[in-house]
Amino acid sequence: MAELQLREAVARGLREALDSDDRVILLGEDIGEYGGAYAVTRGLLSDYGPERVRDTPISEAVIVGASVGAAMGGIRPIAEVMTINFTLLAMDQIVNHAAKLRYMSNGQLSVPMVLRTVTGGGGQLGATHSQSLEGWYANVPGLMVATPATPRDALGLLRTAVGMEDPVIFAEHQLLYGLRGEVPDEPYTIPFGRASVRRRGDDVTLVGYSRMANIAQDAAEILAGRGVEAEVIDLRTLRPLDMQTVLDSVRRTGRALIVEENWRTGGFAAEIAASIQEGAFDDLDGPVGRVGAEEVPFPYNGRLEAAAIPDADRVVSAVASLFGI
Amino acid sequence: MDREIARGLYRQMHFIRRFEEECGAQYAQGRIRGFLHLYIGEEAVGVGAISVLGDDDYVVSHYRDHGHALARGMNPSAVMAELMGKAAGVSGGRGGSMHLFDTARHFMGGYAIVGGQLPIATGLGLAIRRLGQERVVMCFLGDGAVNQGVFHESMNMASLWKLPVVFVLENNLYGMGSHIDRTHAAGRDLFTAADSYNMAAMQVDGMDVVKVREAAAEAAGRARAGRGPVFLEAVTYRFQGHSMADPVQYRANEEVDQWRTRDPISSFIEYALSNDLMGPTDLAELREGVETEVADAVRFAIAAPEPTVESMYGQVYG
Repeated sequence: MAELQLREAVARGLREALDSDDRVILLGEDIGEYGGAYAVTRGLLSDYGPERVRDTPISEAVIVGASVGAAMGGIRPIAEVMTINFTLLAMDQIVNHAAKLRYMSNGQLSVPMVLRTVTGGGGQLGATHSQSLEGWYANVPGLMVATPATPRDALGLLRTAVGMEDPVIFAEHQLLYGLRGEVPDEPYTIPFGRASVRRRGDDVTLVGYSRMANIAQDAAEILAGRGVEAEVIDLRTLRPLDMQTVLDSVRRTGRALIVEENWRTGGFAAEIAASIQEGAFDDLDGPVGRVGAEEVPFPYNGRLEAAAIPDADRVVSAVASLFGI
Repeated sequence: MDREIARGLYRQMHFIRRFEEECGAQYAQGRIRGFLHLYIGEEAVGVGAISVLGDDDYVVSHYRDHGHALARGMNPSAVMAELMGKAAGVSGGRGGSMHLFDTARHFMGGYAIVGGQLPIATGLGLAIRRLGQERVVMCFLGDGAVNQGVFHESMNMASLWKLPVVFVLENNLYGMGSHIDRTHAAGRDLFTAADSYNMAAMQVDGMDVVKVREAAAEAAGRARAGRGPVFLEAVTYRFQGHSMADPVQYRANEEVDQWRTRDPISSFIEYALSNDLMGPTDLAELREGVETEVADAVRFAIAAPEPTVESMYGQVYG
């Protein structure tokens, strides 16, 4: 067992992919000479060479589209788009092409590619660099969406992602790159579509993904100090989505609160809430709650930004006001 | 040019013309639905260009893709069945007219978002490079695609990395109903766009299948030799509307009539007859064969069963 930062866990996964399959290439803006905007790919260019670790022009649509074509042509691209905000420039390639080609060709084509990107706010980068848009992509059949929140999950999910025969959006949170955690030395993978129960509790179920799973866990510790035992579920992947683990928990606790960094209106938490009431209505002791970002573009000012993004205290307050516990 | 090649070029162009006419008729009868874009008038471009490719080369197309699909040798019955949404269609009725695929013939798709195919063709070139293959990618685009951002991104990347891609621009002068004079700042010679990317470029008469073929051979040879991508502009014209839904009110009948005098098929007949590449008997024989094959395709497609509703759920993921 080694303690790694999340960025190191991702880097280990990339090296393993490059080592195990000659068809794997990495491409993205400044992933080579510069070493990656978040230093994930540092050292890979010198170790694997410019044919396999390709610095690209600042052209998100062709970074993703060329990865789609390359995947169709028999190689295994791992693309990096510097932030999920920039994936909007490639949305046509992601949504209209990557997600559709297997289906429209009736299985003649497949698009085995991973699109690594950086999600989330909290870095005082302003409204265009701070969004959490992975839930948008989770809306699209044909895509898979992974949202690791721990170093162990990041490596395990990345191993699964690179073996997939379909396009995966792999969203790494900008504030979690420095997060340290235990990563097993022995080989393991984390399957898609299996949530992790971070903490057991019988009083309320807190559901989160990406950094908000960690925030939910922090909130659970505060709640425990007040005698409330929260169960914390990290979804880990949004598509495929493990509702079973959520429903099993809610049936026991009777209370559910979903935490996400995206806006609440049309957000992914709404999907979870709807599925909970469909699947566990009779077991609910109260309304299904949601904590999300304030309905504003994320402001630059640190105090304002912190007020716009959910934190543990807000989760605790929401539990108290919704459920009176 | 040898006689076999001449016969082949004529047969394919005539086949596409007759197939497309039949598509129009089937659309009018309600058997083909959705958007239907016919290739009539542009046959020399697809036929001439694809004729120089080897079996392993990739073809990437846009939404006006029937001509390219047929020129690539796709089964006309399966194409017609796809247009009618049948289970026996090339994609089981899931794609329709704008999204034809046949990976056995390395026909990697019709792409219905203008310019969307360009990054994908670039990526196929990247795969060829990585795998050390000798293939080339031939990617068709229309004049409208030149104004998309991905055009510039793709041209730049393909040239920067010297990828084996031949971009064949079918300049039919109109992006849907907008003449290029109203949409292009840099004038009508669209091939000059390649200069910005240090990419070899040429312009050819897209109504002349022989000239298209010669230019495509040079372009593909260059790309295959590892000398980087080539941008080949073929100036052409579609005789019918943008799609079957187009009332064609944006251009004068005189303009259409003038282009019709340069019909790529009758021009080639003239050329072939006067150069003794075909005789009247050849023509009659080839036409008869085409009639039979088109009629068979239509009959097959009409009789083919609809896909089951259950089949809808397959192939979302592998």
